[in-house]
Amino acid sequence: MQPEHFLNIAVLVSEGRHPVSGRARRALQDACALELAFALEGGLEVIHAGDSTRSALHDYLGMGLERLTVLRQAEGDDALAVLAPYLDEVQPDLLLTGIQAEQGEGSGMLPYLLAEHLGWPLVTGIAAIEQIEGDQVTLLQALPRGQRRRLTVQLPLVASVDEAAASPRQLAFARARRGTISEQQPVAPQRDADSAGWQWQHAKSRPKRLKVARAKTAADRFKQATAKAQGGKGQIIRNDPQAAARAIYDLLVEEGVLRK
Amino acid sequence: MSDVIRKDPRLAWIARNRLHARHTDLSGQPSRGPTGLLRKDPRPRWQYGPGGLRRLDRLNLQGAGVTSLVRRASEQPPLPLHSVENPQHYIAVWLPLSGGRLTAHGKDVLGLAQQLAAAQHQATAVLGLVCGELKESIDEAGVDRLLQLEGAEGYQPEAWAELCRQTDHHYRPLHWRLPDAGESAELGRRLAVALGERPATGVWKLEGEQLIARSGAGHQDITRPLCRVLLPLEECAMPCTEYRYQALPVKLEAEPLAAARVQDQGRVAVDPADIPLAEAEFILSAGNGVHDWEQFHQAATLLGAAEGASRVAVDDGFMPRSRQVGATGTWVSARVYIAVGISGAVQHLQGIGKVEKVVAINQDADCDMVKRAGLSVIGDSHEILAALMALAEAGSEREVSNAA
Repeated sequence: MQPEHFLNIAVLVSEGRHPVSGRARRALQDACALELAFALEGGLEVIHAGDSTRSALHDYLGMGLERLTVLRQAEGDDALAVLAPYLDEVQPDLLLTGIQAEQGEGSGMLPYLLAEHLGWPLVTGIAAIEQIEGDQVTLLQALPRGQRRRLTVQLPLVASVDEAAASPRQLAFARARRGTISEQQPVAPQRDADSAGWQWQHAKSRPKRLKVARAKTAADRFKQATAKAQGGKGQIIRNDPQAAARAIYDLLVEEGVLRK
Repeated sequence: MSDVIRKDPRLAWIARNRLHARHTDLSGQPSRGPTGLLRKDPRPRWQYGPGGLRRLDRLNLQGAGVTSLVRRASEQPPLPLHSVENPQHYIAVWLPLSGGRLTAHGKDVLGLAQQLAAAQHQATAVLGLVCGELKESIDEAGVDRLLQLEGAEGYQPEAWAELCRQTDHHYRPLHWRLPDAGESAELGRRLAVALGERPATGVWKLEGEQLIARSGAGHQDITRPLCRVLLPLEECAMPCTEYRYQALPVKLEAEPLAAARVQDQGRVAVDPADIPLAEAEFILSAGNGVHDWEQFHQAATLLGAAEGASRVAVDDGFMPRSRQVGATGTWVSARVYIAVGISGAVQHLQGIGKVEKVVAINQDADCDMVKRAGLSVIGDSHEILAALMALAEAGSEREVSNAA
């Protein structure tokens, strides 16, 4: 068993976008990651790659942060190229990120690429960190339909934080003014050359899928239009509560919905 | 004897009387006039349907009759077989399973892969990768070759990515297609990192050599060139419906996998009352036929099911409005839905349209819910729920003793 040591946490934050008004704000998942980091005891380093003059960065300071590190790069630069050398230098024990960015491509690849670069395990979409015991971390992963899965990983690790985690705290205006943004100029920012030829347009709502009538004859079409929804085989059990309960129980076990 | 052909009025009468025993023998006979000329019946050919109703068959099914028409509609002819012999190339598709069945998203992605395979000049097969046990046939889903991956059951994203990388090394697929949802989205990104490719995520349309992808927050569309690893969204293409596919099993001799760094400790018990009804996976729903509400709540707690209700139960004040299932309440997306004492109003059946397995517990064997349900149980709901609770209790005790 290793002795308890001081936990160094790094959180990557980005500029978000309000889904309705389109205004710049803190990104929700990044704010959740920061909230999760506040709950852990240890040294905290919050990093943003981009432009330090963006007002949305003050939202993170308003959450109670003293200092935010900005690695300066231009709009279309590759964030990985500046983050990877910086993280090599800082060497945190735990790196927290959001799942995907709210601005730009938002492919969600950054945590995967950083984990590959650092050679650390990656846990995606976590909702909570339950316990850190020595090097062993127990996490809860958020699944669809409100489910949770428990995972154990060794430190150091990269974890992306889901919106299902504890909701981020309110901003304090005075704190947002008081916090400092320290800017660093990395050596070699790189252009993201692949995306140069891409065309961006405002997303319209996707067309609804139409029901295609596959019936060949009028009689078939008539039947399709008027038929009531039918189940599969439609097994029926009459007047035998024990056999009925057994059949339902077997179905529940087969579908795997019963709690273990 | 004269040569004049005489009409037999008795036989003519039998031919007109469809209730006569010899009617079927005589009704098909050609009728001849007095000179021996073949007479054509100018009247429409009536057919008799299942209820004895006289029907005019406008489809020209010669002598088939309405009864066989009804039968024919339910008996679908088998679809033609789409076979790929000696494929030169592969398109690999990861197929996520939900309860041993392909998801709708996976079927859409297979449709996209088949479109792409059809556009290739050389014989190209769609290679489906499945991890876990398949519980139903996937002949019509669009898989030409099926690769069952072994040794990575449960949640093991690192092992899946490694197996996919080995598959890539062995089969050299032209493209990878992984649904951009849940675990398969994670796997797609891990695989892209392992292959050193830049994936296109959130793809929803292909236009020739270009594709349209939705950005992370969903407010922008990116038009970009086609790439090797694609993570398509749901409804990216129509699922395959025209053919049956071979789904020939193929093997991969997997190299030993490294020890998992992320260890799965299993699902955590979540209070079903905290989950929104629309998202719940397993719903126990009550209607007018439930009288012992205490027992119903106990059963839901014991089975770990979210509680639902029909409109009647809500209007009568037994359940809160937020638990109402149906067109006027919540449209649910559960996998398993147990309807206790719900007869199945149209609005309620609309609300459970997306549910895969419906179980009906009802006194009335002729109600609409029984017609919709895959398993129907006719009897008193109180007794059946009591028996089910006893079984569930015994089952959980057995598991505890096994673990100890």
